[in-house]
Amino acid sequence: MNVRLYFLQRATAMLMVPLIIVHVVVIFYATRRGLSAAEILSRTRGSLGWATYYSLFVIAATVHAGIGVRTVSIEWGGLRPRSADAVMWGMGFALLVLGLRAVTAVVLA
Amino acid sequence: MTPEVAETVEVSLWRGREDGRYQTFTVPLRQSQTVLDIVTWVQRHADPTLSYRFACRVGVCGSCAMTVNGKPRWTCRTHVSKVVDDGKLEIGPLANLPVIKDLTADMAPFFEKWQKAEGRFVPSQTRADNLAVVSPESAERRTADAAIECINCGVCYAACDTVRWNDSYMGPAALNRAWTLVNDVRDAGNRSRLSAVASDGGCHNCHSHQSCEQLCPANLNPTASIAGLKRRTMQAYIKGELG
Ligand code: SF4
Ligand code: SF4
Ligand code: FES
Repeated sequence: MNVRLYFLQRATAMLMVPLIIVHVVVIFYATRRGLSAAEILSRTRGSLGWATYYSLFVIAATVHAGIGVRTVSIEWGGLRPRSADAVMWGMGFALLVLGLRAVTAVVLA
Repeated sequence: MTPEVAETVEVSLWRGREDGRYQTFTVPLRQSQTVLDIVTWVQRHADPTLSYRFACRVGVCGSCAMTVNGKPRWTCRTHVSKVVDDGKLEIGPLANLPVIKDLTADMAPFFEKWQKAEGRFVPSQTRADNLAVVSPESAERRTADAAIECINCGVCYAACDTVRWNDSYMGPAALNRAWTLVNDVRDAGNRSRLSAVASDGGCHNCHSHQSCEQLCPANLNPTASIAGLKRRTMQAYIKGELG
């Protein structure tokens, strides 16, 4: 961990606080209103707002979790920093691909 | 004062190097006896080949730290009555450091990291200049003073889980020292020092567990010093001042 990784992890944490709140509120709203999958998709498809919002969320989560997993793999996994870097990039890449795939699934018509 | 009853304590002492083992001795208890007194008794009366380190015996030099019943302690100022557990004492070398022999840990990595954190004064003036006037009331001096009384004992280093988990972590004592210098208005080394403590083994690895603060015999708070370094390096990083 150095100041750059620390900065990125703290900055993405701060960014995610409002994102998580909105995300949770939306989930409550959708379930309380009993929205069906089709109704939800009709609101998200083609929406630039939701596309931006969830893409940002995926990127922030990727950066935040990637750095966290790097630290865990050094401290508890006993990995050298170089191997931990590889784990970080691997994990980040997987999260990014999976996350953006999910975003495209709900926003692309 | 009542005369002391003839009581003894079972003492297990680490013998050998990393692959050594504990050896048990029965040592007579005395009033106000310290853990260092116990170790000295064994060396004088039971086994003169026992190796351990001490110098001042009054809590100044920082050379007598050992692991006592699982926790790092300055043995010359630790009373047996305070740490004895069920009539037993287990004494080993300081943790997180290589073992030289018996109770003697190799302090080299501890001091090498001290240098990595640039925990040394860098003068900004020469001997030709007048003495610097530093007000003891100034904010910087008060911050430095709060962390300055370190005796280099290594107790915090041995207590720190992050040191145990991560070879490259500089540890609480070195970073605490760096923080005193960051606040020393006479010092000229801060640009390079802040870059050093913001690098891979630096202050950002600290998890703020506060084991260092709990066990520091000088009652210092390295966690607070490290938090100060995190703040200061972050400001410097955002301003683009780190090398
Ligand atoms: S607060 Fe930081 S330096 Fe102190 S024991 Fe915890 S991780 Fe180590
Ligand atoms: S900070 Fe405290 S525990 Fe750590 S080396 Fe200095 S005096 Fe010892
Ligand atoms: S012998 Fe000097 S501090 Fe214990």
